[in-house]
Amino acid sequence: MSEITLDTLKPGDLARITKMRVKGPARRKLFDMGMVAGSEIELVRTAPLGDPIEFQIKGYHLSIRKEEASQIFVQKIE
Amino acid sequence: MENMKIRVALAGNPNVGKTTLFNAITGSRQHVGNWPGVTVEKKTGIRSYRGYHIEVTDLPGTYSLTAYSLDEIVARDYIIEEKPDIVIQIIDASNLERNLYLTTQLMELETEMIIALNMCDLALERGDKLYIDRMQEILAAPIVQTVASRDIGINELLDRVIEQKYNDRYHGREIGYGDIIENKVLEIEKILLTDPELSKRYPLRWMSIKLLEGDRNVRTKVGKSHVSAAINELLASIDQEEYEADIADKRYVAINAIFPQMCTRCNVRMTKSDMIDRVLTNKYLGIPIFLALMWGAFELTFAFATPFTDMIERIFVWLAVNVTSRLEPEWLASLIGDGIIGGVGAVLTFVPNIFILFFLLSLLEGSGYLARAAFIMDRLMYKIGMHGKSFIPLLMGFGCNVPAIMATRSIEDEKDRLITILVVPFVSCGARLPIYILLAGAFFGRQAGTVVFFMYVLGIVVAVISAKLLRSTIVKGKPAPFIMEMPPYRVPTLKTSIVHMWDNGAMYIKKAGTLILIGVVIIWLLASFPWGIEYGSEESYVGMMGHFFAPLLEPLGFDWKMTVALVFGLVAKEIVVASMGVLYGAGDSPEALTASLLADPAVTALSALSLMVFSLLYMPCVATLGVIKKETGSWKWTAFALAYGIAVAWIVAFFVYQGGKLLGY
Repeated sequence: MSEITLDTLKPGDLARITKMRVKGPARRKLFDMGMVAGSEIELVRTAPLGDPIEFQIKGYHLSIRKEEASQIFVQKIE
Repeated sequence: MENMKIRVALAGNPNVGKTTLFNAITGSRQHVGNWPGVTVEKKTGIRSYRGYHIEVTDLPGTYSLTAYSLDEIVARDYIIEEKPDIVIQIIDASNLERNLYLTTQLMELETEMIIALNMCDLALERGDKLYIDRMQEILAAPIVQTVASRDIGINELLDRVIEQKYNDRYHGREIGYGDIIENKVLEIEKILLTDPELSKRYPLRWMSIKLLEGDRNVRTKVGKSHVSAAINELLASIDQEEYEADIADKRYVAINAIFPQMCTRCNVRMTKSDMIDRVLTNKYLGIPIFLALMWGAFELTFAFATPFTDMIERIFVWLAVNVTSRLEPEWLASLIGDGIIGGVGAVLTFVPNIFILFFLLSLLEGSGYLARAAFIMDRLMYKIGMHGKSFIPLLMGFGCNVPAIMATRSIEDEKDRLITILVVPFVSCGARLPIYILLAGAFFGRQAGTVVFFMYVLGIVVAVISAKLLRSTIVKGKPAPFIMEMPPYRVPTLKTSIVHMWDNGAMYIKKAGTLILIGVVIIWLLASFPWGIEYGSEESYVGMMGHFFAPLLEPLGFDWKMTVALVFGLVAKEIVVASMGVLYGAGDSPEALTASLLADPAVTALSALSLMVFSLLYMPCVATLGVIKKETGSWKWTAFALAYGIAVAWIVAFFVYQGGKLLGY
């Protein structure tokens, strides 16, 4: 049950957020959008050019860049 | 009568149909302005209903009420300072969970609330099961189901508004944040209460929670009070970051607890929207489809606009001929004919294009595809120092810079927005095309098409380089983080798009039209005086200006006539060709003008090329400058756009001309 970062998931993977290590104003914005520890999150797809990534969380779709996703720690749900 | 007046504010997440609801309530009785002191749009409207006078203010769409964005500050300040009678939060019924986050914060503002559960039809379609009665009980606020796009539920909503105003009982459920946080809240409340003015002015509990969250705006509000020191001491003793995270966390914990009671079978995974996205944002198909759609949109714009454009052109030509030939004295005929009809006409022919651009933009936004456009293009934009959201405004610049700059409103980050606004004028708009067609057609024969294409590419290149340059110098910092909701695809409401098109189009005509009219009259004055000289000749003031500036532009290969044409072009780039017609004595005939140009030894292929480059890059036209001032709210940046444009144009045209001469052309 190791912790990995959000950007390492593959499309279709389901995970639970464990730690939010994003800094700056992005941090609060992400909280507001539902990216809090304990939330379930699924990687839907990556943009054609490789970045940003689209996720499903709290019943809607949110896209963020790899830069921020790499600072969010999750545990995969099988 | 005062007590028949009800003040209502509309709040809600973006993409929930708030604008549609606002339009449904207020119809055509709307007023658009700015919130005082900031470049955030403020919409107010009136509705008379059952004898009541209902004043509706549309607050900016926000996901939360933090102090991090101007939109949020504007929204919450309105509620706590202006104290509307009712705040209606519009919730997307098919997206309940995240919408409730804003609800928890609105309720902490201790205001009278009604919830409009919008898009109920979509939720029903998805198979969600909503328990409205339970929702009302849990949230302790009245809930009205609406489908704003079809005008369903509006009257019920207004009935509720009237009912609630005269009940005057604070509704809403407060959530608890757990022992640790609640203890601190009590401590802060105790301190705040020692300043009775402060604690009466703003909701007490709200202030305490915000202070614990590290809200800078509330901190400033408290800073003016004598309790400021004690508050600072308390806040210094805690880990603010942790509290901020914890408070957001607890909000969602509370929502997690109540949400399943309100809605079952929600969050269905594979929706229609998802299936569409599998194609539209597909790894291989995504970009080709996107480019095709953008191309299609432009083709559509021209196709729809052309019949109107032709009609307007014909009207103006008829006007010019018939009105001026009947007017005495001659100077008046000249003013109206050459000046007003000619100048304004040239610009008004673009109006159909602009209306359609706005319409298409609204369709793109309403359908949800705009978010996908930003999603697809972000990586590229980020590499040149911009945000994915900047792409569409830049693209619109190919039609006209003015709506393009207005479209930058969707870019939240101030710096990203500023850079986009400053860079859009370099994108070659439709008004510059006649200049290229004339000059390239005259001097480059077979290669004319290639040369014109080169102009478009040059505009993009200069825009990109400018963006990077500005990022590393005057507007430092990285582009804002990309955190964007991808709303489900929806069928855009035709009514909303038409209203949007009309509002923005009308504003364009009013603002741009006024500026251009003034500019045209000024130019006419300068071209007609001193008294008695021939219109637009060397002896006129315009001619004198041309001679005055000519030495500055000589290294670029321009003589005084071209200089004058460029001066005319300051008002609107469409006018450059017409003024060249006047200056070279060729009147309205393009063939005659081409012949005159070819015959003039001062005009060579190289200087024509240099002229094209200069007209591409030099200052944004007056209308664009006007909208830059409006969207940035700053004379400083408007002046910068002007100076920067001229500087860049001069440098690049210099290299083109002198470089060309060195190469032997």
